[in-house]
Amino acid sequence: MRRPNFLYMILALGFAFLYVPILLLVIYSFNASRLVTLWGGFSTQWYASLLGNQQLLSAAWLSLQIAALSATGATVLGTMAGMVMARFGRFRGRAIVGALVTAPLVMPEVITGLSLLLLFVSLEDLIGWPEGRGMTTITLAHVTFTMAFVAVIVQSRMASLDESIEEAAMDLGARPAKVFFVITLPIIAPAVVSGWLLAFTLSLDDVVISNFVSGPGATPLPIEIFSSIRLGVTPEINALATIIVGLVSAGILAAGLWSARQERQRRRDEQLARQGAGELMPISSPPQDAPPH
Amino acid sequence: MIQASPPPAAKPAAATPVAAPPTLAARGGFQRALRHRLLPRGRSLVTVVPVFWLLLFFLVPFGIVLKISLSEAAIAMPPYEPLFAWAENVLTLRLNLGNYLFMLEDSLYAVAYLNSLKIAALSTLMCLLLGYPMAYAIARAAPEWRSPLLMLVILPFWTSFLIRVYAWIGILKQEGLLNQFLLWLGVIDAPLHILYSETAVYIGIVYSYLPFMILPLYATLEKLDLTLLEAAADLGARPWKAFVSVTLPLSLPGVIAGSLLVFIPAVGEFVIPSLLGGPDALMIGTVLWNEFSANRDWPVASAVAIALLLLLVVPIMIFQHQQGKQQAAEARR
Repeated sequence: MRRPNFLYMILALGFAFLYVPILLLVIYSFNASRLVTLWGGFSTQWYASLLGNQQLLSAAWLSLQIAALSATGATVLGTMAGMVMARFGRFRGRAIVGALVTAPLVMPEVITGLSLLLLFVSLEDLIGWPEGRGMTTITLAHVTFTMAFVAVIVQSRMASLDESIEEAAMDLGARPAKVFFVITLPIIAPAVVSGWLLAFTLSLDDVVISNFVSGPGATPLPIEIFSSIRLGVTPEINALATIIVGLVSAGILAAGLWSARQERQRRRDEQLARQGAGELMPISSPPQDAPPH
Repeated sequence: MIQASPPPAAKPAAATPVAAPPTLAARGGFQRALRHRLLPRGRSLVTVVPVFWLLLFFLVPFGIVLKISLSEAAIAMPPYEPLFAWAENVLTLRLNLGNYLFMLEDSLYAVAYLNSLKIAALSTLMCLLLGYPMAYAIARAAPEWRSPLLMLVILPFWTSFLIRVYAWIGILKQEGLLNQFLLWLGVIDAPLHILYSETAVYIGIVYSYLPFMILPLYATLEKLDLTLLEAAADLGARPWKAFVSVTLPLSLPGVIAGSLLVFIPAVGEFVIPSLLGGPDALMIGTVLWNEFSANRDWPVASAVAIALLLLLVVPIMIFQHQQGKQQAAEARR
């Protein structure tokens, strides 16, 4: 067949397009030459000079704190929003809630950033809070724009979840909160975790919104990188980029392996449960098959 | 698919020939009643918290942007005049349309808007032309290959956007890797001027947003019923004809969703034109930022934002409508 070959060629080209730039970036972070694009031999000097760059390190630490805080907030709010959209059926205003939850996904960041900044300034004018711009305002802004991503991930997981398990727990007398923490949350945990990770990386990566809502006292890492890139390309940034890419890939890989293991465990549990049920209950009809996923 | 079938958990109880003891049934009934009374309260709390957050931090700010776009700039902190004034028992409301008139008069804004639309539309088209065959190839790959291939599409999206844009600077520079490579191949005699031009902006946008195009396309192509294509082939359609009259129309929701996911953020893009673009690649996101930070003219920046929002309202509504339809379809199944 000729057509599939042509398709796979485009696929390979597309992946090359996606990965070659990152690969080159990593290779040139080990370049001895200061000229980023001229190979001058292998060296790790840029990593060493990165460790001595106090400004970048403190920016990185600030960014990590903001990312952890905002990802946690966004996961709590986004999981709630995802549940509302997936489970609560048709209630009045559902369309409006759905639109409100997904709108931040497609809103251009310059608009979100400007509007949040103006909100913070007006609030400070009105009630004296938040005082100035800094970590608090960045965290609040990041929660707002990342919770939509968590909501969408959780919603799609819950849509494919067998509701009867929760109903069974409720029929056995569990309160809704208990049902959520004992039944629902463990099942949707992979989605919640990947939502948290996505919110974390989005926060760690955000330039535009942070640009608006950060203050002189608090410069997160992306802003620091952004301004140094505008001054010129340095191998130090390549080294930093390599570290970030390495950490993110390791995180994604770990999360992927974890969720694959969760999935296998779940399947095994289900199988065991079915076998156990078959042994305990000598019913004439064959045990019910797994829901058609 | 699950909702349509009766809940399996309810089955054994209904099928048991022996009636449950009456006390137990009564208890169950009581608990069910209790659950129905408790649930709405829990539900409304779960609904209210995120909705309140979004109202406060997403919807109200738009009102403020609209308000400030109608006020006058001032040398103060915050740098604009209040809209309402209360003096001698008279409440005055001053609506200043000057910022919008200013945008109409100065051709810079119109040029930036049109340029943004053009760059976003062409980048979307390029993403579609590259993303569609990729999504198609992944959807038609052997099942065990699909997840890893999809992971490869998503992975760059997880690594830093800023760093991926930065990577292109070293490639596209005058003495960059692409020029070195092309000179070495002998394709060109003199280095091309790519960085700090509109071409670099196109490359940057297509590169950054390609995953957003592939994912929704894959989602629709993967669900495609292959027997339809077989039927088309049986009826004598050539593969190309079958593609145009069967596959393409059925994947249209994915095409629309992917295109909007690329187009909408690309119109307001700020990082890519400021890092890769030159003076000819004027985009509205950078104009807004310059009004805000360099000129410190918050009212004009707000007016630019409102105009940008008006420009994007139709595509955003189409996207929302599309998502709503899809959710409804999923709920029905």
